[in-house]
Amino acid sequence: MTAALELKGLTTRFQTRTGHVTAVNDVSFAVQKGRILGLVGESGSGKSVTGFSILGLIAPPGEVCAGEVLVDGVDLRQLREEEMRKMRGRKVAMVFQDPMMTLNPVLRVGDQMAMAVRVHRAMSKPAAFEEARKALDAVGIPAAAERLRAYPHQLSGGMRQRVAIAMALLHSPSVIIADEATTALDVSIQGQILAEVRKLCDQTGTAIVWITHDLAVVSSLADDICVMYAGRIVERGTAQQVIDYPRHPYTRGLLDSIPARHAPGTPLPQIPGSTPQLSRLPTGCPFRPRCPKASDICATPPPTHAIDGQTVLCHHPLERS
Amino acid sequence: MFGYLVGRLSQAVVVVFVMSVIVFVGVYAIGNPIDVMIDPGATAEIRENLIRQYGLDQPLWRQYFTFVGNVFQGDLGRSMVYNISVTSLVFSRLPATLELVLVSVTIAAVIGIPAGLYAGYRPNSIAAKLIMALSVLGFSVPTFWIGMLLIMAFAVELGWLPSGGRGEVGNFLWFQTSLATTNGWSHVILPAINLSLFKLGLLIRLTRAGMVEAMGAEYVRFARAQGLPDRQIVFSHILRNISIPVVTVFGLELGSTLAFAVVTETVFNWPGIGKLIIDSILQLDRPVMVSYLVMVVILFVIINLTVDLIYARLDPRVRLKGGS
Amino acid sequence: MAMIDHSTEAAPPPETRAMRLRNFWADYRQSWVAVAALIVIAALLLGSFFSPFWVPQNPYDLAGLDWLDAFLPPGTVGSGGYAHLLGTDNAGRDMLSAILYGLRTSFLIGLTAGVLALAIGITVGLTAAYFGGRIEALLMRVVDLQLSMPAILLALVMVAMLGQGIAQIIFALVVAQYAYFARTTHGAASVERRKDYIEAARSTPLPTSRIMFKHLLPNVLPPLIVVATVQVASAISLEATLSFLGVGLPLTEPSLGTLISNGFKYIHAGRYWLSIYPGIFLMITVVAINLVGDQVRKVLDPRNSR
Repeated sequence: MTAALELKGLTTRFQTRTGHVTAVNDVSFAVQKGRILGLVGESGSGKSVTGFSILGLIAPPGEVCAGEVLVDGVDLRQLREEEMRKMRGRKVAMVFQDPMMTLNPVLRVGDQMAMAVRVHRAMSKPAAFEEARKALDAVGIPAAAERLRAYPHQLSGGMRQRVAIAMALLHSPSVIIADEATTALDVSIQGQILAEVRKLCDQTGTAIVWITHDLAVVSSLADDICVMYAGRIVERGTAQQVIDYPRHPYTRGLLDSIPARHAPGTPLPQIPGSTPQLSRLPTGCPFRPRCPKASDICATPPPTHAIDGQTVLCHHPLERS
Repeated sequence: MFGYLVGRLSQAVVVVFVMSVIVFVGVYAIGNPIDVMIDPGATAEIRENLIRQYGLDQPLWRQYFTFVGNVFQGDLGRSMVYNISVTSLVFSRLPATLELVLVSVTIAAVIGIPAGLYAGYRPNSIAAKLIMALSVLGFSVPTFWIGMLLIMAFAVELGWLPSGGRGEVGNFLWFQTSLATTNGWSHVILPAINLSLFKLGLLIRLTRAGMVEAMGAEYVRFARAQGLPDRQIVFSHILRNISIPVVTVFGLELGSTLAFAVVTETVFNWPGIGKLIIDSILQLDRPVMVSYLVMVVILFVIINLTVDLIYARLDPRVRLKGGS
Repeated sequence: MAMIDHSTEAAPPPETRAMRLRNFWADYRQSWVAVAALIVIAALLLGSFFSPFWVPQNPYDLAGLDWLDAFLPPGTVGSGGYAHLLGTDNAGRDMLSAILYGLRTSFLIGLTAGVLALAIGITVGLTAAYFGGRIEALLMRVVDLQLSMPAILLALVMVAMLGQGIAQIIFALVVAQYAYFARTTHGAASVERRKDYIEAARSTPLPTSRIMFKHLLPNVLPPLIVVATVQVASAISLEATLSFLGVGLPLTEPSLGTLISNGFKYIHAGRYWLSIYPGIFLMITVVAINLVGDQVRKVLDPRNSR
């Protein structure tokens, strides 16, 4: 079966004054139809750039310089710009973090949605509005017809994010990339939306790449998890494997710093140091300076270890206990 | 909304009142217009009669209230130079200025907005840099000197266009305007370009700044991710956003276009109200000076209010409240 | 408004000030156009202020003029035995000499008006920001009203009331321009006033004026420098415009505006040099000052700081 989305060796670089910076480094993963992949990492790890690279929305000084982006088996990087544009929104859709900013403040919700409908399907304006109304119904927005006449600022944050999700669903795309889609929302609304997304994904068979810094969110939502660090995927596996038996010291560190996993009153462990600057990465394993298990050998490029489909990029992978 | 309008209007009345007092007192404090009007050899009796006729023997405050009372009856006084009512004098000159302003504002908008959009869309292109350099020139080089260069180039050297004056007028609907004749157009085009340059520079800068900001905005990325083509993103999404500051500033600048028409009209000998005010200052024609200045103040207040209302229409986030 | 966040001490020690100046220059130097503009301004300032010592002729000494020299095209050698590089005018004046004398007047008017408008604007802006309440509301309402009208209109009102002459023009320019300084000062100072150190100074028995000028002022200076450069350029340009309209300086006072105004009468006769050359000097002066202002703004903008 062809995966809904498959990345092979995707690499994206940015030209800076001091030379090239590789923001996405040889990233490969696959998401099957109807599955949810959690892409986890700290800010600056390259997870958002991965999302934009998939959609071909990297603008100079950035450039996708290697790899394949296969959507239903078609390599998007081989398409001409105009063909690529027609894929966006129709085959691959994206939802962004800030629901305040992603909708145009001066256009009515309905007009923006109708525009998104009509760009890929020839239909009259009233018909497009009807499509938009159905899409809002589908994501559980009450009084959808009324919301279409509203301006974005008249809706609550959770409502706006539902609108954005509804827009992503308009053309029943093969893949939706959700970039920190619930991060800006209250926890209760976040939970509602996550449940909604899970349901939609099961119903429509759309594959989802859920980008977040919050491992706790994906642990309950995703089928598979990829952990990114400094542009590379350092660990990949099913959600259960990665959460229950993390093999990369970085993943372990992330899991240990989730408050819910500790008894109240006990000190919360933290990963020492901070996210490295991509322009000044150490040789070998980039996590080396912060890693409790680092040794001299870590100055050489780390090898890949794989057990049961769980792969890890490390010289000293943790044993499954 | 209604409370807001009432608040703004009462503010406007106060402003107009204060300005009219300042202008009236200021203008009446200087010189003696009678000396300008009459033959130095005239008898003291003729002099006295004239002074009484114009009410100049009255105390200043009474002159002011007479003036205001007359204004409310639509009478702005009599020009001391032309000896006709200021109202008809101003209204005979107003169409010329309005058509000049209209054409120049159109030129500025038709060229400035697309140029600014392009300069913001491709900020690193050579064309964009050229556009910006031109806008800096339009911004900083004095209007009257550019007007002079235009005359030298197109009227004196090339002989393509007349160097000044208003051309033949024709009828358009119920107006008499020089825009209805070819000859009229040949006269209006140079002064209109001259008057438009400052506005053009301003519009280019505004549109470009708006465009650059919008291109990095999240909603544009989102629109891209939906597969909207750039053309539609620019014209359906960005233009609507940019139009808010552009319309606001441009509207406010309309008033200053009228003010700058003073310069252009003098350079091109254009018989509008701008030339009228300069002539009246030079000839100490007090009633014309006062009326012009008070009318301009009123005009400014009206423009400011209109722009606020348009702003509220364009930006759904703005809701007008009572007071200021 | 946020420009002044980086320096909260009222009076930095002298060595920091020198260092800041050096940093400022290092940043300023980044644009060669701006450096060139600065050199041009310096040359024009020196050339015009010392013009009596080096130009061939005192253009306003009527005894030194020869009517036979009238309307000589650029480069012609006149009765004085030297070449008139930019030609002569209708009275036989050497244009280069007249332009440099005129430029001196233009600079004097622009700088004087700029400094006076700056002083008044700072006083109004600081007073409004310091006292707040009714005083602030009243002062700033007047300033806003003035700002909503074009400077040229206000200047016209003033010359209509005051008549012609250097003092009158300077007064008109100051009235038309102080509001820009007042608005800028007020904006920066009211941000600053809310900070703790001003509250602290106010609780000491220091006189009000001292707090205002010694503590508030240094922090609002950077944005004022930018406004000041631009305003000097626009004062020069405004004076030339008024003089051209015939309501500025009388023709007997040499300024770039009066020269252009005089030359304008002869453009139809093909004697372009009477108005073109003073205009070119005017344009270069105004554009150069604006370029310097632009660069200073870029350098002082904290968003561009390294």
